[in-house]
Amino acid sequence: MSHFERRCNKEEDLPVYLARPGSASQSASQSPRQKSYGMFSSVEGAFENKSIALESYCAQRKRSRSRENLADGDSGGSKDMGTVPSGKRVSLSLSERLFFCDSSPPSSGIERRARRVRGSDRLLIKGGRVVNDDLSFFADIYLEDGVIKQLGENLIVPGGVKIIEANGRMVIPGGIDVNTCLQKPYLGTQTVDDFFQGTKAALAGGTTMIVDHVTPQPGASLLQAFEKWQEAADKKSCCDYSLHVDIPHWHEGVKEELEVLVQEKGINSFQVYMAYKDLYQMTDTQLYEAFSFLKELGAVVLVHAENGDLIAQEQSKILGMGITGPEGHALSRPEELEAEAVFRAITLGNRVNCPVYITKVMSKSAADIVALSRKKGSVVFGEPITASLATDGTHYWSKNWAKAAAFVMSPPLSPDPTTPDHLNSLLACGDLQVVGSAHCAYSTSQKAIGKDNFTLIPEGTNGVEERMSFVWDKAVAVGKMDENQFVAVSSTNAAKIFNLYPRKGRIAVGSDGDIVIWDPDKMKTITAKTQQSAVEYNIFEGMECRGGPLVVISQGKIVYEDGKLHVQQGVGRFIPRKPFADYIYQRITMRSKTMAARGVSRGMYDGPVYDIPATPKYVTPAPSTKTSPAKNQPPPIRNLHQSNFSLSGAQVDDNVPRRSGHRIVAPPGGRSNITSLG
Amino acid sequence: MADRRRDWWDKEDDLPVYLARPGTTDQVPRQKFGGMFCSVEGAYESKTIDFDALSVGQRSSRGAGQRAAARGSASPEGGEREREPEREPEREPPREAAGQPGDRGVGIISSTGGAGGKELLQNLDDLGSDRLLIKGGRIVNDDQSFYADIYMEDGLIKQIGDNLIVPGGVKIIEANGKMVIPGGIDIHTHFQMPYRGTTTVDDFSQGTKAALAGGTTMIVDHVIPDPGSSLIEAFDRWREWADEKACCDYSLHVDITHWNDSVKQEVESLLKEKGVNSFQVYMAYKDLYQMSNSELYEIFTFLGEMGGIVQVHAENGEIIAEEQARMLQMGITGPEGHVLSRPEELEAEAVFRAITIASQTNCPLYVTKVMSKSAADIISQARKKGNVVFGEPITASLGTDGTHYWSKNWAKAASFVTSPPLSPDPTTPDYLNTLLASGDLTLTGSAHCAFSVAQKAIGKDDFTQIPEGVNGVEERMSLIWDKAVVTGKMDENTFVAVTSTNAAKLLNLYPRKGRIAVGSDSDLVIWDSDAIRTVTAKTHHSAAEYNVFEGMELRGAPLVVICQGKIVLEDGKLQATAGSGRFIPCSPFPDFAYKRIKARKQLAVLRAVPRGMYDGPVSDFSPMSRGGTPSASARTSPTKQTPPVRNLHQSGFSLAGAPSTEETPIRPAGRRIVVPPGGRSNITSLS
Repeated sequence: MSHFERRCNKEEDLPVYLARPGSASQSASQSPRQKSYGMFSSVEGAFENKSIALESYCAQRKRSRSRENLADGDSGGSKDMGTVPSGKRVSLSLSERLFFCDSSPPSSGIERRARRVRGSDRLLIKGGRVVNDDLSFFADIYLEDGVIKQLGENLIVPGGVKIIEANGRMVIPGGIDVNTCLQKPYLGTQTVDDFFQGTKAALAGGTTMIVDHVTPQPGASLLQAFEKWQEAADKKSCCDYSLHVDIPHWHEGVKEELEVLVQEKGINSFQVYMAYKDLYQMTDTQLYEAFSFLKELGAVVLVHAENGDLIAQEQSKILGMGITGPEGHALSRPEELEAEAVFRAITLGNRVNCPVYITKVMSKSAADIVALSRKKGSVVFGEPITASLATDGTHYWSKNWAKAAAFVMSPPLSPDPTTPDHLNSLLACGDLQVVGSAHCAYSTSQKAIGKDNFTLIPEGTNGVEERMSFVWDKAVAVGKMDENQFVAVSSTNAAKIFNLYPRKGRIAVGSDGDIVIWDPDKMKTITAKTQQSAVEYNIFEGMECRGGPLVVISQGKIVYEDGKLHVQQGVGRFIPRKPFADYIYQRITMRSKTMAARGVSRGMYDGPVYDIPATPKYVTPAPSTKTSPAKNQPPPIRNLHQSNFSLSGAQVDDNVPRRSGHRIVAPPGGRSNITSLG
Repeated sequence: MADRRRDWWDKEDDLPVYLARPGTTDQVPRQKFGGMFCSVEGAYESKTIDFDALSVGQRSSRGAGQRAAARGSASPEGGEREREPEREPEREPPREAAGQPGDRGVGIISSTGGAGGKELLQNLDDLGSDRLLIKGGRIVNDDQSFYADIYMEDGLIKQIGDNLIVPGGVKIIEANGKMVIPGGIDIHTHFQMPYRGTTTVDDFSQGTKAALAGGTTMIVDHVIPDPGSSLIEAFDRWREWADEKACCDYSLHVDITHWNDSVKQEVESLLKEKGVNSFQVYMAYKDLYQMSNSELYEIFTFLGEMGGIVQVHAENGEIIAEEQARMLQMGITGPEGHVLSRPEELEAEAVFRAITIASQTNCPLYVTKVMSKSAADIISQARKKGNVVFGEPITASLGTDGTHYWSKNWAKAASFVTSPPLSPDPTTPDYLNTLLASGDLTLTGSAHCAFSVAQKAIGKDDFTQIPEGVNGVEERMSLIWDKAVVTGKMDENTFVAVTSTNAAKLLNLYPRKGRIAVGSDSDLVIWDSDAIRTVTAKTHHSAAEYNVFEGMELRGAPLVVICQGKIVLEDGKLQATAGSGRFIPCSPFPDFAYKRIKARKQLAVLRAVPRGMYDGPVSDFSPMSRGGTPSASARTSPTKQTPPVRNLHQSGFSLAGAPSTEETPIRPAGRRIVVPPGGRSNITSLS
């Protein structure tokens, strides 16, 4: 198919009447026909007014970027575009968005190999097969200033570009790891992988963006915690990042902070916990309120789904039995508790009409619940992680304490060895959407805090570096998944859910220059010796894994090549995210319109009413004592159009003698026939 | 098949002496068995229920133990046998008489009058109705159906078979081939339930009369103590009410409305001394009855050990409370708000949670009032996964749906208010009947809890104040017959199982109740599978003014109901005596639920992994960090744990490429290592 598209490129001279409509408004009237290539041009000009509104997008981004401290210096580069050697007229829009409206013969542009000193700012990837989540096609990609400027064949590029020959290899959007904990404090210590170490590992694995969890202490301010995280990440991060904020504690004050975070700070996802009793755990009522509130804000609710009450009970039972090793962790958190909480979270989400995102789907039963509810129409997303896709929980029974403890995380890995396969299948068929890593690396000595009590073992496994490779190895290389779905689960879906699309998660003109050239045949043995993470034990130790990045480009710069990393601390930008992501909120918005409940308009009941004693011995079984109808509810107005009159044998039962045992307070006017039991 | 067999046996009246059964004295005539029971002559001799032992100590011993009902031999003995010769002449007239009324009905003939003096000797001071013979009926148990006569005396079934040898003075009921089934057991009623100073309009007398009229001969009522009050006191109060008024045998569930150690003791004594084996907990009714997950876990664990059955009212009370507030805020105050604020998802969620807790604690679970498809699905899925869970749909959920909540007639809409609510999905009843037929749902109750319209009107301006409950005790059996058996979903044996036998098994009353067998209580129903009646509040026996099944035509009805060996319903006339009902104590550990639980208990022993002690470096940590430990067990401080004893046989030595990790190049800041004096031992090697 792509051959056909290439042939299209030869039709150079199109008559004027085919000039695209609506273009005059954007550029000067002389602006020549714009050329699009590859699959994009199946209908000439069809994409014109439909595709990404880069104009507005970029402008906005500009603003937000500069606000968010990102001195990436990209605004300067666009002015010296005049180096197009052929001298043909090029129309450039000021906002870096450019259409090369140039009808010059294709040969003139590409052959140039002029390189400049600052060549790495301008990149041309030649001969790659661009793989997006919807299609794959052959095209060259020209990057400048960290943004994809051109996509197609026979691109006209300025001089001084660095050219990467992809030789037909897959070129995919850089991975997005939506679940990392690179600065999670635990009892006064911190994870060994900080933002520098962690993002380095991410880049080495083909992931060009991470979304980290801000975990404030209960009672602490969310905003302060957010700023602390942002500061740390700005200093150290080597790739773009964004942040989720965990809500450790629900109270009125949190609401204001959430509003600020959503509206001013660019956060659109918040995590709530159903586990960690007496610490982070929320009751169902709190969850209901949190869900309702976050839905109003247009945010995504991430749920750590485990039943904390039962876990606490099981933990004390198991400690009481004298089981103190890491196996107790798995025993006290059986997968049923995960499935139960997932089910409850989805129920809550349905009630509130709020999208729910289940972080860390670790077991078959939890995944099945997610899949089932999606079939019933719930707006729910499931995120398996590297560990649950690649390994299982049998290692908790390892004789080597350090090894067993390295696997400790919550929800735990399922001891069922068929779990990874099952999760990969669901991921391939779309029942699970996103792959995270839940990378939260603690050293063995930190894990040893819990050497006499498994409940004290800090929870977390590695996985940010191995994530992409394992999905490839376990799903694509075995034929469960195609390369497009691979891109979807490792990058695009995450970008869509968290409203980064199409800036991230897609190779398209105007998207960020986060690109990976993927080698599907690269074999690699995972070991702690060669990994980037600082953790001493890699839970995938010794596993062979097919597929890996050859070249990783982040922000338009080559950061990984020939197995070597060239990263720079602090170049990572915070990517703000706006609420109401279309991918999830379109459905939610429609539903809120149609789901409005309506009362039945009835005549007022004016029959006998049983006299309730003023002070009943005990409260009403109806749980809503708080909403006393007398206070809040205006008495329903009698609808005069609603007739009480009925022709059905009204008084038939009036002569049925009243049975003993109930006192009837007869109203002065006698019974009206609205109470007739016809 | 049964017919052929009867003929054959009838001919063999004169058997040689050498065929007299072994182990009996020679004078004893051969005892006759009939029907399926005598596939091998005498095979039942010493195996079936020892009704002799039972009948002697029955009245007294039943009060306490009554499990003896299960065992023993079933031979009718003593005086009855000698009168075999006289029996034949007595049998003949009734047969002819029965033929006359037109062969359709059931004839009841008292033989005391015409049969001469000998029989009267037996009945000197006895009432004729104490001895009953049901002739020519088709006995339907949950496992099989067969033709046999049933002889009852003293409220017990004494003989089953063809050509029974019965004493004189028996009342004979000609069943004419109609079904004879064990009396129904309604495992869920709320008679005389107090509610805000009033009580339900059906007290124990009214309610049990309605039950009997519908073919139910035993009810199990819920004791609902006020939160904070004593369970035993409430239990005694209920017993008093019921003993005074109940017309049929009854038993009691006790609801656990709050949980603490004293409740625990009360539950124990109820289980062990008072004959209660099932307890209900609530997952709904926030701030009133609702239990937290931790409490549920404790209750389930406790009852799992004590052999009780946990019943749950499964709805997520917290979300309901939120939804109710929302509905009221939106201005929805009518009964439709009830169902809008309690969508079936919340029921399914709670069922799922309850099953999870039960499976964690290895405790059998009983879900009361399965009202929706999704809840029923969860139960059937859990059963497929092996969970010990029983679902109880009720008359209302099997017979009607929740569309009536939107009725313009407030009184009508309000009369459907129950919790969990009826599902607005009109296909629900059909679906539940199917699951009931397939065995995924186990038994049926009625959740009969009848309030008058005036009582319902307490909530006329606020649906949350409407007292909850629907009728159904009278319609239960007919409705299931009509919806499941007539439609071909269910066979008659399953019908008996879901209306009676399974309940008896779960209450540990089987085979005393729930089966027609020698030694069982004579609670029987002659069932007319073709009778059609229209349900209406005008003719029903409940005191409720509105019947939720109003106007439904139901096929199948009891013709004759025999309770405690007495005919209480014939020809549509009810002759019940208030106060004749006995309390039937239930014992813990019913096999139906606990056999599997016990087996699992032995398997489910958790074992620790024997390891050498970790003696590597341990990070410095601040035990009281700002936020406390993220792990949930702050209460179980590790210092209280006895340190694991080092297993000296367990070598820490390993040959695998040992301390290679020492070379890990990067030691990022923020990580303090406490190096032990002896250096790292290789147990920490990360091979």
